[in-house]
Amino acid sequence: MQLLRRCGSAKGVTLDQLPLGASARIAAVDWTLLVPEEAQRLRALGIDEGARVKLAYRGVFFGRDPLAVEIGRMTVALRRAHARAMTVEQQEA
Amino acid sequence: MSRSPCTAALVGNPNAGKSALFNALTGARQKIANYPGVTVERKAGRMLLPNGEPVELVDLPGSYGLHATTSPDEEVTRRVVMGEQDGQNRPDVLVIVLDSSNLEQHLVFAQEVLELGRPTVVALNMVDLAERDGLVLDAAALSTALGVPVIPTVAVRRRGLPELAAAVSAARDAVIEHPIARPHVTLPERRMLAHEMAHTAILSETAKHRIHARMDELLLHPWLGPPILFALLFVVFQAVFSWATPFADAIDAAFTGLGDWVRAEVPASLARDLLTDGVISGVGSVVVFLPQILILFFFILTMEATGYMARAAFLMDRLMAGVGLSGRSFIPLLSSFACAVPGIMSTRSITDPKDRLTTILIAPLMTCSARLPVYAVIIAAFIPNRQVLPGIGLQGLVLFALYVAGVVGAMVVALILRRSVTKGAASGFIMELPKYQLPTVKDLALGLFQRAWIFLRRAGTMIFTVTVALWVLLNFPRAEAGQDQVNASIAGHIANGLAVVVEPIGFNRDISLALIPAMAAREVAVSSLATTYAVGNADEAQQGVALGDQLKARWSLATALAFLAWFVFAPQCMSTIAVTRRETNGWKWPGFMLAYLFGLAYVFAGLTYWTAVALGLG
Repeated sequence: MQLLRRCGSAKGVTLDQLPLGASARIAAVDWTLLVPEEAQRLRALGIDEGARVKLAYRGVFFGRDPLAVEIGRMTVALRRAHARAMTVEQQEA
Repeated sequence: MSRSPCTAALVGNPNAGKSALFNALTGARQKIANYPGVTVERKAGRMLLPNGEPVELVDLPGSYGLHATTSPDEEVTRRVVMGEQDGQNRPDVLVIVLDSSNLEQHLVFAQEVLELGRPTVVALNMVDLAERDGLVLDAAALSTALGVPVIPTVAVRRRGLPELAAAVSAARDAVIEHPIARPHVTLPERRMLAHEMAHTAILSETAKHRIHARMDELLLHPWLGPPILFALLFVVFQAVFSWATPFADAIDAAFTGLGDWVRAEVPASLARDLLTDGVISGVGSVVVFLPQILILFFFILTMEATGYMARAAFLMDRLMAGVGLSGRSFIPLLSSFACAVPGIMSTRSITDPKDRLTTILIAPLMTCSARLPVYAVIIAAFIPNRQVLPGIGLQGLVLFALYVAGVVGAMVVALILRRSVTKGAASGFIMELPKYQLPTVKDLALGLFQRAWIFLRRAGTMIFTVTVALWVLLNFPRAEAGQDQVNASIAGHIANGLAVVVEPIGFNRDISLALIPAMAAREVAVSSLATTYAVGNADEAQQGVALGDQLKARWSLATALAFLAWFVFAPQCMSTIAVTRRETNGWKWPGFMLAYLFGLAYVFAGLTYWTAVALGLG
């Protein structure tokens, strides 16, 4: 599981690789990795290219899945599989 | 424009506080039904305009967008707003509900609604929470930016309600000057506009939601969060058992008193027996569980109203993913602890069809409140009331174990189903975690009242009918002198046939007798046993003996345990079957559900019985 994540590093850091509490801007989203309905839901929640997010919480059990991301004044839970499709630029909080 | 009947609809994102606003505007005068042809709940009520004129107010399901709908709920919202929904007039006035502390997000959907160019009013809801978060808002500036009236409201404190009603009235009467004034813009453009408008409306902003962050730091903590959740659930089950006792005892005493009074006042006859042994003891033995059901619903409604339910879904998502489900299934399953019917209905928020079907199929394994009466009677009769640890009683522990057995069973079944009949791509989990909120007494009371009413109506109609029917089956044909009435009756003959099937798993004839009417509703098993033993007692002195003592004298511990195990799995509820048929559009899945649940119930009751006998408890 951990080894598979290396593929993310070639195209930059993905959202799931951010340290807890870090803020970032979503630079690119590989929509092909997401089911269309889920992509739509993420976009409806404002999680899209250009959005500023903060990785606020991680789940407990194996793999620390799911993630909770702060976007604006809202907190959204999503799976690591979704976060892996999002390349981010880390920013100072 | 027709002046009446006038309809207004509340639209907005999920978690905008629509339901609280709806409750505040309509009071207890609500009608809850389904939209025809779909399984989405329609909540409507009557709101009064300042001139006293009534308006039908409809609370639409929360939605993130009108054009890209991703669930049946969002689809209904779209159709109602567009005037395409069967059984619903196109609303004359749209009331957009915005969460004041989440403007930037909620204004995206608001713009989509405003583009329709319909009479619209905006409720800037939960301004008190925004103020608590350090936000100062300018409603007038927002009104200018949106081009419609903006009314700051606090539904729970009834702030802004008369102003909102006046604005609805004015919007209805206003002539729309340019109905297609607003251009259609793309999502990114809308998002940018929302950002700008939010910026204009927010006068000042201090440090962000500290309270929520603090709460989440604790409740979503990797090591503290799950133990807190499980401790909370454990407290709920202990409370259900111990807090309810005095109230249940009082109700029991009232029904016993009523029965005794009728017995003393009315001359002995078959009709009197029907009244005392059939109606009073049957209905009484079910109504006695009202306190427990209310306590359970109190906790579930509170968890929903505070926003904790979504955190529970977050914490449980990974475990649910392990059996091929998502955290979203956790909420319907948790509701199923109260009743599988609303639980199965709430699976509509699950977008993935395979996920949803699996959740529906395992929902009956969550121990519903109707099973509580059965568990409660058997536990009270057979499990000694002693402390295992300080504050933890053995009876509560057994009850907890029964709930856990249902949950574990459900997880195993889900795992198997996801690999066989509901095979498909793994589902995702995307969910907004709403802000924490103190629940209001009024909303809680209204919710509890609606649940109590549903339960009592069941007790008064179906359970009443079933107990009377059973009493008839038990009393006819009349036994000849020296013959046992139960043996001679029609019910006795049916039970004798069934007993052959259930005898291997330790069930006696009385249980076979109780299982037949329990198909209508599980809790009837208790009243059936009560009726059976009341009828079977030729000895007048035995009449007043409590059901628990009767059971203790007649059943072995092994039989009692097997009976409990049976009820963990058995699908004994017509309403669940009916709602499953409706939600899955056919008989295929309810049929499958019946078959697999009966199979499981038989096997596990058997295993329990044989193990108990082997351990010398028979």
